[in-house]
Amino acid sequence: MGYCYKTQDLQQVFSALTETYDLYAPRLFPNKGAFSDTDLVRYDRITSPEEIVLDRKSRFSPKEVLLPISQTLFYFTEDKVTEPNPPKKDAVIFLRSCDLHAIRRLDYMYLENGPEDSYYRQLRDHVKFALLGCSSCFDSCFCVDMGTNKNTDYDFSLDLTGDTWKIDVKWQEQEELFRKYAVSQETVSPAFVTETKTRVHIPENLTAKAAKSSVWKEYDSRCINCGRCNFSCPTCTCFTMQDLFYTDNGKVGERRRVWASCMVDGYTDVAGGGSYRKTNGERMRFKVMHKALDFKQRAGYQMCVGCGRCDDVCPEYISFSHCLNRLSDAMKEVEDL
Amino acid sequence: MDVNTKALKKNAFRVTKERGKTASRVRVPGGHMDACYLSMIQDIAEKYGNGTVHITNRQGFEIPGIDYADMPKVNEMLQPIIEGLDINQTDPGTGYPASGTRNVSACIGNRVCPYACYDTTAFAKRIEKAIFPNDLHFKIALTGCPNDCAKVRMHDFGIMGMTLPRLDPSRCVNCGACVKYCRRKSVEALETVNYRPKRNEEKCIGCGECVLNCPASAWTRDEKKYYRLTLLGRTGKRNPRLGEDFIKWVDEDSIIKIILNTYKYVEHYIDRSAPGGKEHIGYIVDRTGFEEFKKWALEGVELPEIAEVTTPVYWKGVHYTK
Repeated sequence: MGYCYKTQDLQQVFSALTETYDLYAPRLFPNKGAFSDTDLVRYDRITSPEEIVLDRKSRFSPKEVLLPISQTLFYFTEDKVTEPNPPKKDAVIFLRSCDLHAIRRLDYMYLENGPEDSYYRQLRDHVKFALLGCSSCFDSCFCVDMGTNKNTDYDFSLDLTGDTWKIDVKWQEQEELFRKYAVSQETVSPAFVTETKTRVHIPENLTAKAAKSSVWKEYDSRCINCGRCNFSCPTCTCFTMQDLFYTDNGKVGERRRVWASCMVDGYTDVAGGGSYRKTNGERMRFKVMHKALDFKQRAGYQMCVGCGRCDDVCPEYISFSHCLNRLSDAMKEVEDL
Repeated sequence: MDVNTKALKKNAFRVTKERGKTASRVRVPGGHMDACYLSMIQDIAEKYGNGTVHITNRQGFEIPGIDYADMPKVNEMLQPIIEGLDINQTDPGTGYPASGTRNVSACIGNRVCPYACYDTTAFAKRIEKAIFPNDLHFKIALTGCPNDCAKVRMHDFGIMGMTLPRLDPSRCVNCGACVKYCRRKSVEALETVNYRPKRNEEKCIGCGECVLNCPASAWTRDEKKYYRLTLLGRTGKRNPRLGEDFIKWVDEDSIIKIILNTYKYVEHYIDRSAPGGKEHIGYIVDRTGFEEFKKWALEGVELPEIAEVTTPVYWKGVHYTK
């Protein structure tokens, strides 16, 4: 059922929800951008609807909530292993359609791609999703071409029209709460975009042969292998492990898993000193082909959801969407090989 | 021709090598201005000057080839520039009221440059409002970061932006970018300890490379802005030298107080018999000793807790009199 609210009414709903849920949404961090006197928008806990940043894209995706950047898996002493307590509260994540589609990709990686990952499962089972409607797209978005511009798989939706918040509730156990503070009822369906400025076409005939194309070469010098594209991506799922020993007592410590990036040095290092993708062009090739081909071959659908964050954050202005659009030429180039 | 050269110099004109001709000196505090003033400068140069303009070392414009008799008319034409650049003025329409203290110059700062730790022009203008008009010979320059593109160490007061980096360990992915860039581009103040960067607070110069290069926003800038204040660098004939560090991690308010205090100190100790009554601060400090200067400079100044004051300060440079 759909409901309308003024901010103060919706605040009542939020206040009630925060008793049992941590609400995560894109939030403004003033002066926390990399450049001085610039802001950062990223996911964090909020307590009021006004804190949700709607007019700017978050630099980082909501995956941080389900897949913490640095997550302690267990603490160890000499003969005991203890797992950290799970979060005290369940979570509600406010996210856009593309990012909600990205959660489906995380689910595939952590729950369906081989045995279930219990750490992911533990958090995943305690999350509700609030879809933020998109009344317009940002310059770098290409969700329509990736088929991620619409999503109905939410617990409730949230749109701000003028000064009225509109919510479509599918979450039956909280329906009463939403009804209680609503100003009026009407049919609500979350806004979605039907066209984007950035267009992307991934060729149907894409095969691993594209790896032999010369398009990757220019990224050897253009890319600086910083990994911003991976860390901002809502579908990158790679992690590495760190076993650390508390320095005062070398027998006690913790194991944590931490985000890893296929662009950053060390990712393909193996025992014996080997390292498989040394050049940045090779790393770019691996990333693009993983997103555009490998994942689809296994899961049956595209991994990339077209959020465009990788384009937004690249300090060298390397556009992932532009690179995807070069794949058709790359296939033509390697046709006869 | 009867011209009071002392008065015209104070009025920001100069005595030039060409008999009968002067040059008007337009200051741009902080070196950044609306483009509309350029055409006004052009108009003056074409109407009263010789049609050329010199871009000065201190971020001003010098309009040469002006007849002394035309100075009042030039001052009238300067009025919208003086007002537009928010110059403290005593009598409207009469041009610049003083020229001893030089234009407060600045690098482009964080309006454009990614490295800059603050808005250099805005701070320059704040200093401008606090110290002008003033006949004492002071040179102040601001630069956005420790790269010091503005060469502030050549000035009496050099102001260098600093970022106090803050690490959120829960966002660190141990990619090594901060450690690498600090080692290769800065002062090797970071090392990896237990998979996380550890900052050597004494070594750190606050350049912000760690923040700029962190792909996960684990490093961010502290809410407060800090600066390095360097003292009494100078060019010139006797003993040109670089400014030396005075205070590391000093705040804006303290810098302004220190500059204002220094004006009082100079008023008190300046050698009035010096040629033109003009003596650079550095030579006064050489005479009174640093401790006396410091006593005056820090009068009533409440430095932030993390501020590090160097004392005593010793200068080097080239000595041509010894």
